[in-house]
Amino acid sequence: MKIIVCIKQVPDAKDVRLDPKTNTMAREGVASIMNPFDRHALEEGVRLKEQHGGTVTVVSMGPPQAEAVLRDAVACGADEAVLVSDRAFAGADTWATTYTLAKAIEKNGPFDLIICGKQAIDGDTAQVGPGLAKRLNIPYVSYVRKITAFENGFLSLHRLMDDGYDEVEIPLPGLLTVVKEINEPRVPSLKGKMKAKSLSINTLNAEDIGADANSIGLPGSTTQVVKVFAPVFKGERTMLEGTVDEQVEQLVNKLEPYL
Amino acid sequence: MDYFLTEEQRMIVDISRQITDDKIIPQRAELDEKEEFPNAILDDIAKADLFGLFIPEEYGGFGGGCFDVVLALEQFGRGCVGVATSYAASALGAYPILLAGSEEMKQKYMPEIAAGKKKAAFALTEANAGSDASGIQTTAVLDGDEWVLNGTKQWITNGGDAQIYTVVAITDRSKGPRGASLFVVEDTDAGFSYGQKEKKLGIRASSTRELIFRDCRIPKDRLIGKVGLGFIVVMKTLDLSRPGIASLGVGLGQAALDEAVVYAKQRVQFGKPIIAFQAVQHMLADMAIQLEAARALVYAAAKHIDAHPKDMSKASSMCKVCATDMAMKVTTDAVQVLAGYGYMREYPVEKMMRDAKILQIYEGTNQIQRNVIGQELNKEYT
Amino acid sequence: MLRIDIEACIGCGVCEEVCTFEAIEVVDGVAVVNEKCTLCGSCVDSCETGAISIETKEKTVQADLGDWSGIMIYAEFRHGKLAPVSFELLGIGRELADQQQVPLSAILLGSGMDGVARELVSYGADIVYQVDAPALELFTDEMYGNILEDVIREHKPEVVLAGATAIGRSFIPLVATALATGLTADCTQLAIRPEDGVLLQTRPAFGGNIMATIECPYTRPQMATVRPRVMKTAAPDPDRKGEIINYQPKAERLQSRVRVLRNVLEEQDQVNITEGDIIVAGGRGLDNEKGFALIKQLADAVGGAVGASRAAVDSAWIAYPHQVGQTGKTVNPKLYIACGISGAIQHVVGMQSSETIVAINKDPHAPIFDVATYGIVGDLFEVVPKLIEKIRERRG
Repeated sequence: MKIIVCIKQVPDAKDVRLDPKTNTMAREGVASIMNPFDRHALEEGVRLKEQHGGTVTVVSMGPPQAEAVLRDAVACGADEAVLVSDRAFAGADTWATTYTLAKAIEKNGPFDLIICGKQAIDGDTAQVGPGLAKRLNIPYVSYVRKITAFENGFLSLHRLMDDGYDEVEIPLPGLLTVVKEINEPRVPSLKGKMKAKSLSINTLNAEDIGADANSIGLPGSTTQVVKVFAPVFKGERTMLEGTVDEQVEQLVNKLEPYL
Repeated sequence: MDYFLTEEQRMIVDISRQITDDKIIPQRAELDEKEEFPNAILDDIAKADLFGLFIPEEYGGFGGGCFDVVLALEQFGRGCVGVATSYAASALGAYPILLAGSEEMKQKYMPEIAAGKKKAAFALTEANAGSDASGIQTTAVLDGDEWVLNGTKQWITNGGDAQIYTVVAITDRSKGPRGASLFVVEDTDAGFSYGQKEKKLGIRASSTRELIFRDCRIPKDRLIGKVGLGFIVVMKTLDLSRPGIASLGVGLGQAALDEAVVYAKQRVQFGKPIIAFQAVQHMLADMAIQLEAARALVYAAAKHIDAHPKDMSKASSMCKVCATDMAMKVTTDAVQVLAGYGYMREYPVEKMMRDAKILQIYEGTNQIQRNVIGQELNKEYT
Repeated sequence: MLRIDIEACIGCGVCEEVCTFEAIEVVDGVAVVNEKCTLCGSCVDSCETGAISIETKEKTVQADLGDWSGIMIYAEFRHGKLAPVSFELLGIGRELADQQQVPLSAILLGSGMDGVARELVSYGADIVYQVDAPALELFTDEMYGNILEDVIREHKPEVVLAGATAIGRSFIPLVATALATGLTADCTQLAIRPEDGVLLQTRPAFGGNIMATIECPYTRPQMATVRPRVMKTAAPDPDRKGEIINYQPKAERLQSRVRVLRNVLEEQDQVNITEGDIIVAGGRGLDNEKGFALIKQLADAVGGAVGASRAAVDSAWIAYPHQVGQTGKTVNPKLYIACGISGAIQHVVGMQSSETIVAINKDPHAPIFDVATYGIVGDLFEVVPKLIEKIRERRG
């Protein structure tokens, strides 16, 4: 099986804060990590390879420092790594990102399966997986919780829904997005790390993938950010006064959005 | 402090640290409570290629030395000495085969140990032979094409969970120091059974059992090296393994210091965090000094051993005494800093203090170690 | 591209501090950007002298932009009923439609949906496009995506909204990609910008630590998935008039390469408290096991998980997996209601990053009130039963 896993380097979201007064992002102590959902995607790809033979190629669109997560992926079992990087890709929304990734994947050659994490913990959109599948015109299943079989060119799997799960079959080539419940990602191995250290990473820029300048980066995006601000709820300290009935009434009003 | 590790050494530290943080620390309290052998964690360690750190590449290992094992054990020790001991004891059981076994024997056993598929254990101690190893009474008698073992080993780490046991038995009592030999006994051999699992003060995740040999028959080729080399190989084995135990002490001391400092910064009494009080600060300072000194000595001893010197016993014993005595003191002090909370099982330091004690006892008590050091000093100054 | 006006730049270094990606630094008194820049714009906002800007090329606006009109919502129908988010979408959809003075339509996909379209009308839809076909009984991304795409192309709504449910977040991106238009996920606020009628879509990022407002100015439709349980449902009016149109999909669009074999429903009660959106936690103030039962009742009423302080667990009123705090779990739900919990630091460190914290305690000096968003000083045995009653009323 030729498996492609799309991974992204992200800031560790739980550490990211906006100062509500200055509206600026505090930089200190925010580490760059492999998007946690992508670790599960990679693990599943490596497991499929171990079971059915083949190769795992990790692909990442990002600035040069994203190379670090590609090497981490090789240390955990990926065979090849491709970095898609160009200053012209900066500011891409999911539309421009899926264009760029699709071009890079087409350039990379034939594949049987693409696996993505459900969403990236910085953007939280969960749009790149399906968008990429649509661009490549391949079938797709999201929120995969378990792969149960691989037979006759079909993967059988469980796809998580709000009320349970669906039993689903997808013909290959296809694309999956996976949820964390699918597996426990492995720790890198020593042999893996040594391989990762010496591996040459295939770096592709906009020209290499034949990208049209108007379809990439900020110019190629259909959405743009108007503003960024700190969430409002934090920082309030309101004591609710009055009789018990009044207090309860006020509280339930305040909690409307959660009910 | 920067010890100027090579890139490969840093990789070993990174992987070990990740396993410790992601797998060992979250499970350690439960493993201690349930006295469960950490099979799943050992599998993760195996998949990370760490079981083969000290095993030569031709047997599927990493081809590293004592220092590489020290680096891994320091991290695992920071997580749980019980889990770390299970890993270290397998190395201890494997060393005799590496040091004295024939090529065929190494080809047979080393690859599976390197892959973590099989675990090893080292069996020397008996009820009447602890520090005085020469008092062992397990015998091995050659009968045709087989050795027949009879006797009982006591308090064997990984007993019952390992598959490969390196056992020291008397082959000719009249020969004194040349009277013992080493054998490989496999868990499937007839006449070999285990006693029940011991209940211990600490390292409760580690399995400790009696090994019972009743007319246990093993093929002739299970003899490690030559007849009569038993005690010599044992001494060489322990020289190699002691820095690993010392490193457990360093990791444990680090874990205890970490807990103590974090707590002292959070705990407010008399209007201040207690770290603001000199009494506490001085305790923490002394803990930190002793920890770092022990670490430096362990690293130096391990590197010294990796340079294959003629004499390694003194260095090996010194680092073991220093780091394990330090670990006992630092963990006890950590409980003191956490005071009432430190005494409660909810918090991790009481377990650290319980775990520290064994480090001063096994692989040669610290009293025996001091004997060794004294004797070496005597020899040096002629 | 990030542009720095070197005349305006005073080399103060604020941009360098603010950049999460180490992409900008002051060299020889002037800010310099490197290839790590992601054009996030934080430095632009922080620059006191306005020396930094993001250069954008002239964008091509979609040729027929002006032809797109109307608000359309996707009504999610599954296992014989409409998902509650459908009514929420009609609620916000109605507001947007009224502001733009355009019709509000709903698209309904599924099988065996008698009376459902009527319900959508009563909740505010002017038009319902009903696509009732046996092939649509089980949800498949491809089929649902094809049909929605076709209906949108035919009727050209300026805005399309769907619920950010498992279904919505799964197939709506396929539709947006097919239509070559922008999609914003999991919105918590939607508003029309009066100057140009563009939809302003606000949503959380970085796990909720940051809010971002997004627009899709150059293409149509403007698409968004909306977080469930945030928007208000309007009161239904059974006499409301609306048009129900049966839409016949083309046969070749009712294809799906992915085969759905069956749905398996699962009980949701193996709740891991670290995953839930709402936690109701009880402490020593509950007095005994019987008192602690109140916590379970309140949790059921709000649809949340049960948490506990160490005191409650130690008193064996509830099992250890529910313990929140230093020696229990760390949680950060959207809503944390602490009843009879004093708020000692050992507990607080386990829940202080919850989005909204409510504290109910009879001691006005209890430290829990220092971290609570809303506090009630009172007898929880009076307050909590009334709270449960009121919530059950509201939820209907």
